Amino acid sequence: MSEPYVVEARGVRKWFGSNEVLKSITLSVSRGEVLCLLGPSGSGKTTFLRCINHLESIDGGRILVNGELMGYRQRGDKVYELKPREIAEQRRSIGMVFQRFNLSTHMTALENITEAPIGIAKMPKNTARERGMALLDRVGLADKANQYPAQLSGGQQQRVAIARALALDPTLMLFDEPTSALDPELVGDVLDVMRDLAQSGMTMIVVTHEIGFSREAADRVVFMDGGVVVEEGPPTQLLDNPQHDRTRAFLQSVL
Amino acid sequence: MASTTRTVASDDDVVAIPLRHPGRWIAAAAIVVVLGLLFTSLWRNPNVDHPSITEFLFDPRILKGVWLTIVITAVSMVVGTILAVTLAIMRMSSNPVLRAVAFGYTWFFRGTPLLVQIVFWGYLGLLYQQISLGVPLTDIQFFSADTNDLIPALVGGVIALSLNEGAYAAEIVRAGLLSIDHGQREAAYSLGMGPGYTMRRIVLPQAMKVIIPPRGNETISMLKSTSLLAVVAVAELYTAATQTSSQNLRQVELLIVASIWYLAMTTALSIPQYYLERYYGRGTARELPPTPWQQFRGWTGRMSGRWQNRQIARAAAREAVDE
Repeated sequence: MSEPYVVEARGVRKWFGSNEVLKSITLSVSRGEVLCLLGPSGSGKTTFLRCINHLESIDGGRILVNGELMGYRQRGDKVYELKPREIAEQRRSIGMVFQRFNLSTHMTALENITEAPIGIAKMPKNTARERGMALLDRVGLADKANQYPAQLSGGQQQRVAIARALALDPTLMLFDEPTSALDPELVGDVLDVMRDLAQSGMTMIVVTHEIGFSREAADRVVFMDGGVVVEEGPPTQLLDNPQHDRTRAFLQSVL
Repeated sequence: MASTTRTVASDDDVVAIPLRHPGRWIAAAAIVVVLGLLFTSLWRNPNVDHPSITEFLFDPRILKGVWLTIVITAVSMVVGTILAVTLAIMRMSSNPVLRAVAFGYTWFFRGTPLLVQIVFWGYLGLLYQQISLGVPLTDIQFFSADTNDLIPALVGGVIALSLNEGAYAAEIVRAGLLSIDHGQREAAYSLGMGPGYTMRRIVLPQAMKVIIPPRGNETISMLKSTSLLAVVAVAELYTAATQTSSQNLRQVELLIVASIWYLAMTTALSIPQYYLERYYGRGTARELPPTPWQQFRGWTGRMSGRWQNRQIARAAAREAVDE
């Protein structure tokens, strides 16, 4: 845990067919830092996020999480693909929250949270349940433990999904547009939970369209467009005084 | 859902006599008459000897056939299902060898008649007199047995039904797996679950809700397909019935006996299917679907509620006329 950077991306490139979606992204995230990724759709921000926990493989460059090369093993100057089991092990230290929640419909809120601790981390069931209840309490849903996802609102489902992602004590949390699928009045509760998490010192990378959240919760904001990092800086600088035309045009269109 | 019993509360409530449907009553009456005539003509038919139907319905030979039919169906469905899940996962694998094998299997066993497959297994002894286990191209042999001893007709029949069932059910399982949103897998992977664990704990349980209804269909179909084992002389229900009738020449009566048993068994099958669907449907609806008893209670409640409403409406209409 002595690594200064939780995430270190160097020259990351990614193609979908003949379409280059990431054109050499270099980006580092320090421990405890909250980074917001902004950018128009198709800018590659979600793809980059998915590359960090190797849900997408990369075609060039390197991504290190806690100093460990993601998805590959380097021996000499050759790089070898890891086995699915080894990649799964690497992912345990990275929590991810999805735009469409992706809770398992056949499990209650609590079961969704305890599945990985019990089945993967081999935690005793009672301990996992107690910790699961504590997590539900943290996201304000202790009374919904035995409800199924279909019985919860979108905002409640997303908060359960955040609790689920926290269940294995990750050192990094990835958020992929966590409020984009929610009704406007439900966005606030989810952002509150994320704000608390940021204040507790969690390292977070958040792909979002919530400019307000970026302004108050982010330590640094990165603006991406066309597969490159156009501009980055503290929220006050980037949001109030953007240096690039593309950043300016984007901010004008969303505000 | 509670019953819809309510009383007319305020003046602006709609107080209307419900729309009558005389056509429905006429159609229902006509159908009852036609069915009645059909059954009387069958019942009065002098060629049907009723006492022998009741006599043979619980004949020990028939009951043994019923039991064997149930056993063959159960074993073939279990083996077929295991095969099907394996084949479906192979078919969706990224490994091209597994994909090709699964495709070839389905192609072959769906493309040839079940009857032919059953007879083939019955005649396996003609193809291979001995079945041996040993090291190929050497004289080392661990085990050797006569094919007809190792695979009697019953085992051959069950193998044929299982292999055939596996091919059909594989497509059902595959449809179920395809119905699960890819986000479910991604969420599982992001939690550090491997592909096998994700399939077992996350994807398959959710796919069951899609898989169960057509599997019920398949079970009913299997129950009836067991009668094809008559061609290899397995004493299941149909064979038992025809063997009995070949002695007493009551062919029609024994076919009726067999049909009654087949109908009884397929009817009984709908009960476990209902509860399986209810179990795997948990979490998808806001409330669990009612059990048949709850449904019946709900129906009687609604009926009495409707009747009460009608009484109230009539009374109100009468009052209106009086005024």
